[in-house]
Amino acid sequence: MSVSLPPAGPTGLPGAPGTPTPPSGSAADHGSSLWGDAFARLRRNPQAIAGTIIVFLFVLVALLAPWLAPYGGEALPGQREIRPTVIPGIGEIAAYPLGLDRFGGDVLSKLIWGARASLVIGLVSTALGLAGGMLIGIIAGAFGGWVDNVLMRLVDILLSVPNLLLAVSIAAILGQGPLAIMIAIGASQVPIFARLLRSSMLQQRTADYVLAAQTLGLSRRTVTMSHVLPNSLGPVVVQGTLSLATAVIDAAALSFLGLGGGRPETAEWGRMLTYAQNELAIAPQLAFLPGICIAITALGFTLFGEALREALDPRGRR
Amino acid sequence: MLRVIAKRIALVIPTLLGLSLLLFLWVRSLPGGPATALLGERATPDAIAEINETYGFNKPIVEQYFTYMQRLLTGDFGVSIETGRPVLQEFALRFPATIELTIVALIFAIGIGLPLGYVAAKYYGKAADHVSVVVSLIGITIPVFFLAFILKWVFAVQLGWFPPDGRQDSRIDATHFTGFWVLDGLLTGEYDAAWDAFTHLILPGIALGTIPLAIIVRITRASVLEVASADYVRTARAKGILERTIRDRFVLRNAMLPVVTTIGLQLGLLISGAVLTETVFAFSGIGRFLADAIFARDFPVLQGFILFIAVLYAIINLIVDLSYSLIDPRVRVQ
Repeated sequence: MSVSLPPAGPTGLPGAPGTPTPPSGSAADHGSSLWGDAFARLRRNPQAIAGTIIVFLFVLVALLAPWLAPYGGEALPGQREIRPTVIPGIGEIAAYPLGLDRFGGDVLSKLIWGARASLVIGLVSTALGLAGGMLIGIIAGAFGGWVDNVLMRLVDILLSVPNLLLAVSIAAILGQGPLAIMIAIGASQVPIFARLLRSSMLQQRTADYVLAAQTLGLSRRTVTMSHVLPNSLGPVVVQGTLSLATAVIDAAALSFLGLGGGRPETAEWGRMLTYAQNELAIAPQLAFLPGICIAITALGFTLFGEALREALDPRGRR
Repeated sequence: MLRVIAKRIALVIPTLLGLSLLLFLWVRSLPGGPATALLGERATPDAIAEINETYGFNKPIVEQYFTYMQRLLTGDFGVSIETGRPVLQEFALRFPATIELTIVALIFAIGIGLPLGYVAAKYYGKAADHVSVVVSLIGITIPVFFLAFILKWVFAVQLGWFPPDGRQDSRIDATHFTGFWVLDGLLTGEYDAAWDAFTHLILPGIALGTIPLAIIVRITRASVLEVASADYVRTARAKGILERTIRDRFVLRNAMLPVVTTIGLQLGLLISGAVLTETVFAFSGIGRFLADAIFARDFPVLQGFILFIAVLYAIINLIVDLSYSLIDPRVRVQ
C-alpha cells in the first residue's frame, strides 16, 4: 500500500508534469498547496460528502448528548417496567420510543450517550496511536541505519500478532476500564502508524527538494522536521481517519470479549451489543440498534478517509 | 530458489525470537506477577511459592528467559489453568476446526470477491461497479460479531435454514479421528455426519469471510483497472487476440499479484475474526478457546496461542512470498 504524494515540496508547486491539476478556480480559492488541492477534490466527491455528513451528525449527537437524550447516560428510568420475561420493544411505551434494555435503561438515551463514548474512545485511542507511531516513525525515518533497523524489527514483531490480540494483550497488563481500553487500542495502532510514516518519509528523503535543502546547508533536524515530515504526513492523516473507524469497532470487540470493565449498564454501543446477545431471540432490536450505530459511524469515517486518500493521491484520480 | 527460501526463513527467525521475548516479558509484567498469571487469581501462597520454585521465577531474569526458551524448544508451552491440559495439546485439538472454518470463509471470500471485483472493474462507473463498491464498504465497516448476530438471527433463529451453533448435531453418532469433521464423515462414509458438520460451517464461514471478501473485491477491482489500461493489453487487443484470452492470460494473471498478497495478509485478520465469530456461534475452534482464555485470564493459553498464531502467520507470508515467483516470473529474476 504505497501512497505516493505529489512532489509539491516547500515551493508548493502543484505537482510534476503529468499529474492532473484540478480545474482552475477551485484551486485558486484554496491556494495551490497539496492540502488545498485535496480539499477542492473532496468537495466534488460524493463519497467524501456522504462521509462528512455522517461524521458531522455523529459528532453533533455526541456533543449535544445532554440536551438530545431524554434521560441520563447512567440513569435507568424504566427499571420498574422490566420483568424477567418482558422487555418493552420499539414503540411499546410512549415514554421510551426505542424501548428499554434488560437493566431498564432507555435505549434511545443510551444510543445517544453511546455516541459520546465512541467519540471519546475513537479520538483518544487514535491520538495515542498517532503520537506513539509518529515518534517511532520519525526516529526511524530521520536516523535510518541501525536505529531504523531495530525499530522496524520491533514493528514487524508487533505486526505479526493480529491487531485484536495485541490490544487484548495490552489490556491484560493494564487491567480493565475505559482508559485501559483506549490505551490498548491506541497501542495496537502504533506499529501501523510507525511503518506508514517511516516509508512515507523514506520516499520523500530522495526527493529533489530535500537534496536542495541539504545543499543549502540546512541541518538534518531542520530538513527532517520542516521539509520531509510535513510532506510525509498525507498517508498518516488518511490512516488516522480510517483508524477512527477501527477504534470504534475494536472497542466494541474488546467489550464483547469481556474486557470493557466498568458497570454493565454503561451507555456504550459495544457494551449494549454484548449484553444483547443473551436476548437475541426475544429482543433483537437491542443488538441491531447499537450494531447499526457502530456500522454507520465506521462507514462515515471510512468513506471520509478513503476519499481523502484518493484526493491526496493524484494517481488515484481516474 | 532454495537460497531464496533459506533467506526468507532466516528473516523470520529473529521476528519469532523477538516475539517470544516480548511474550516472556509480557507475562512477567502482568499484575500479580508470573506465578499468579500461571496459576490464576485464586492461587494459594503455597502454590505460588511452589510454582516460583519449579519454574524458577525467583531466579535472575536472564536465566529465566533461557529456561523459558528451553521449554519452548522442547515443545513445553505450559499448562492451561482452566482445563489443566498442556497448551500445545489444546491447540492441536481445536486447530482443525478453525482450519475447516477458515477454508469455508476463504472459499466464500475468494469465490465471490474475485468475480465481483473483476466485474466492477470491467463495468467501471456503471451500476455493477457501484454495487460492488457498496458491498465492499459494508463488509469493511460492519463489526464481525454484529454480522454474526444478524446471520444467526435471520438464518438460524427466524428461518431455521442452518444450525445456530456448534460443530455438529450432538444426536449424530459420528466417528472422529482427524479432527476435521467434514473430512471424517467423508472418509468413513458417514455422509450425513459430513453434511451436518458442513452446514454448521456455513453461517460462521460467511460471517468470517465478509471482511476478506470486501478487501478482495477492492484490491481485485483496483488491480484489474490498473492492468487493463496497460500498454500490452492494448497491444494484445490491437492484434485481435480473443477477448477471453486477453482476460485470462493478460489481465487476470497480471492482476493477481496484489490479490494474492492481500489474501495472505487477510489470514491474520481471519484469526482475530475467528475469536469473535466462533464465540457467537459456539464453534469450538482456537478462536473460541482464545476468547474463553481471555475471559478466564488463562495466561499460559494466551501466551502459547499468540506465539502459535504468529508462527502460522509467518509461514503463510513465506508461502505467499514464494508463490509470487510462480505467478510472476519477473520476481524470480530480481
